[in-house]
Amino acid sequence: MQHIRAHVLICSGTGCVASGSKKVEAALQAELVKRGLDKEIKIVETGCHGFCEAGPLVIVYPEGTFYVRVTAEDVPELVESHLYKGRIVERLLYKEPVTHESIPNYNELGFYKKQMRMVLANCGHINPEIVGEYIANGGYEALAKALTQMKPADVISEMKKSGLRGRGGGGFPTGMKWEFTKNAVGDKKYVVCNADEGDPGAFMDRSVLEGDPHRVIEGMAVCGYAIGSDEGYLYVRAEYPLAIKRLRIAIQQAEELGLLGDNIFGSGFNFRLKIKEGAGAFVCGEETALLASIEGKRGMPRSRPPFPAISGLWGKPTNINNVETFANVPQIITKGADWYASIGTERSKGTKVFALTGRINHTGLAEVPMGITMREIIFDIGGGIPDGKKYKAVQIGGPSGGCIPEELLDLPVDYDSLIQAGAMMGSGGLVVMDETTCMVDLAKFFLTFTQSESCGKCTPCREGTKRMLEILTRITEGEGKETDIALLEDLAKNIKATALCGLGQTAPNPVLSTLRYFRAEYEAHIKDKCCPAGACSKLSGYSITELCKGCGLCKKACPVEAISGEIKGLHAIDQAVCIKCGACMGKCPFKAIIKG
Amino acid sequence: MKTIEDLKKMREKFQSDTKLRHDSGTQIIVGMGTCGIAAGAREVMSAILDEIAKRKLQDVSVRQTGCIGMCEKEVLVDVVRPGEPRITYGDVTPAAVPKIIAEHVVNGRVVEELAVGKIAD
Repeated sequence: MQHIRAHVLICSGTGCVASGSKKVEAALQAELVKRGLDKEIKIVETGCHGFCEAGPLVIVYPEGTFYVRVTAEDVPELVESHLYKGRIVERLLYKEPVTHESIPNYNELGFYKKQMRMVLANCGHINPEIVGEYIANGGYEALAKALTQMKPADVISEMKKSGLRGRGGGGFPTGMKWEFTKNAVGDKKYVVCNADEGDPGAFMDRSVLEGDPHRVIEGMAVCGYAIGSDEGYLYVRAEYPLAIKRLRIAIQQAEELGLLGDNIFGSGFNFRLKIKEGAGAFVCGEETALLASIEGKRGMPRSRPPFPAISGLWGKPTNINNVETFANVPQIITKGADWYASIGTERSKGTKVFALTGRINHTGLAEVPMGITMREIIFDIGGGIPDGKKYKAVQIGGPSGGCIPEELLDLPVDYDSLIQAGAMMGSGGLVVMDETTCMVDLAKFFLTFTQSESCGKCTPCREGTKRMLEILTRITEGEGKETDIALLEDLAKNIKATALCGLGQTAPNPVLSTLRYFRAEYEAHIKDKCCPAGACSKLSGYSITELCKGCGLCKKACPVEAISGEIKGLHAIDQAVCIKCGACMGKCPFKAIIKG
Repeated sequence: MKTIEDLKKMREKFQSDTKLRHDSGTQIIVGMGTCGIAAGAREVMSAILDEIAKRKLQDVSVRQTGCIGMCEKEVLVDVVRPGEPRITYGDVTPAAVPKIIAEHVVNGRVVEELAVGKIAD
């Protein structure tokens, strides 16, 4: 067998696969065979690096050169130049947006410099379908240490000392939850992983499951040992087929090696995992609805107490945690709680993975220490707002969260400071907005989502969200009334206080948050029937400026014949006829048609 | 896997597979500029890879570099052991490879008669 002298790591996370990384891989495989290099160069499929905007991503070792936006057509040059001659392909390197400097090594990129990739350490650097690569990087050491050197009570004490809080959004102290479950009375206990990740735009959990599934498995096993459980479930949404596939392979490989099953490491501890696929309901991310779904019942929440730690799956004590929470566990055991607690702020320890989406240059996944400012995340890591537009706000916490306006950009990101600002950490999805986003429209978007996902069990959510959505819709269509804002606030207060579960309790948050920081926009919609951002189609019009050259393309494009004008003369739009479809603006080659 | 020892053995085995992605060990750098390729660098590269596989050497990474200007002396091969000076060998042929690997890479003895340059820190 020949000595392998280079590894070509091709990102096979869902994002890069969607941009064509599988085609790149196939082309590479063929080219290597053609050039006779296939015996000395190994192709490795990895999980997501997080720098999704620049995909498909390829890293070549031993040099560690980071190539971006690689296509199948680039492959022959890549093989000829780099793999055959050792010359880096300059044009495929990442270029810094301001200086246009090429950056060959990924840890020098602005995107990665301020990150602290701990949960994501292996993502993009190992093949998640080979358990050996996880083990090579220190995998399963935590489980071995816990089972052979620690008692369950020791594990719980470490988890409490670490200060880890639930990463699914609730922020409840993890060690405390484990302790409740350990102390609960029951002849059988369960460990459940919430991998439903329902927030629109969030993909942190997906990337961890696709890129480093064993980390989550190991975290669950350690939990099982600590609380006295021998069985666990991973509830994964069905819309994540790749994550499910990789988890199945990982569980099978772990079982083959005796890392799951009976008498692990000869300690007498048994632990098995099963996967239950979700079926498309956002509400099943709520813990009690999730447990009902596993039991085969309709996914609807129930009132608490009793909490799952006391009475959960089939009435037995159950510890349910989010994917990212479990993924934090192994390093806490191997490196110690004191080390973990040295990262982050006073009451929010460790790191958080954020999904950067919306109007931002570097969309993707970033892991940062708690306490970093929102400004650093959006401008240093995220690369700022594209097209020279101005930052307006960032929505954090998805449909349950709130927005952070410009004046709060220097807020340190942690659980408590975000709640004080009227937002919440949530699962970590960040949607960045610029001056073209209408905040009323944004609130309507999130409320549309929660309204359609409402399970219908309790009146406050079922009826309340519907009424709030009706009011918001009227406002965005120019039918807002003077009394609407007060009514929205009153409804919100009542729904928050009386809804049965987190979905209803947090559904009014986007409305309250946008009212708090952008009240003027609501008032403009209601009093002036105007949308300042120009986004609400019924309130914004189109008009033709003096840049018009009279080519007549807009007139031809208009489906309702609202445009009049002679050839070479200034054209005009009849606002009474115009249906505000925007087709004219799309056709104008002189940028003479503007919105508003 | 029954004991921690088993886990440790498995870790060591797989670390050798992924070691390439971490900076470590001896580096062998083959000149693959146009002059090098014309002089037969590809065949020398293959010979190096064969020798490493034959000896089951761990902790050795093989890279390429461009033309350093000493075109007359191609094929040029550099050997850098951790903490030691970088030695450049010239006029390297596939036949000379086993000697360079055995003497220098494995045992740390520079093959004087083939060396044309030395870079020390």
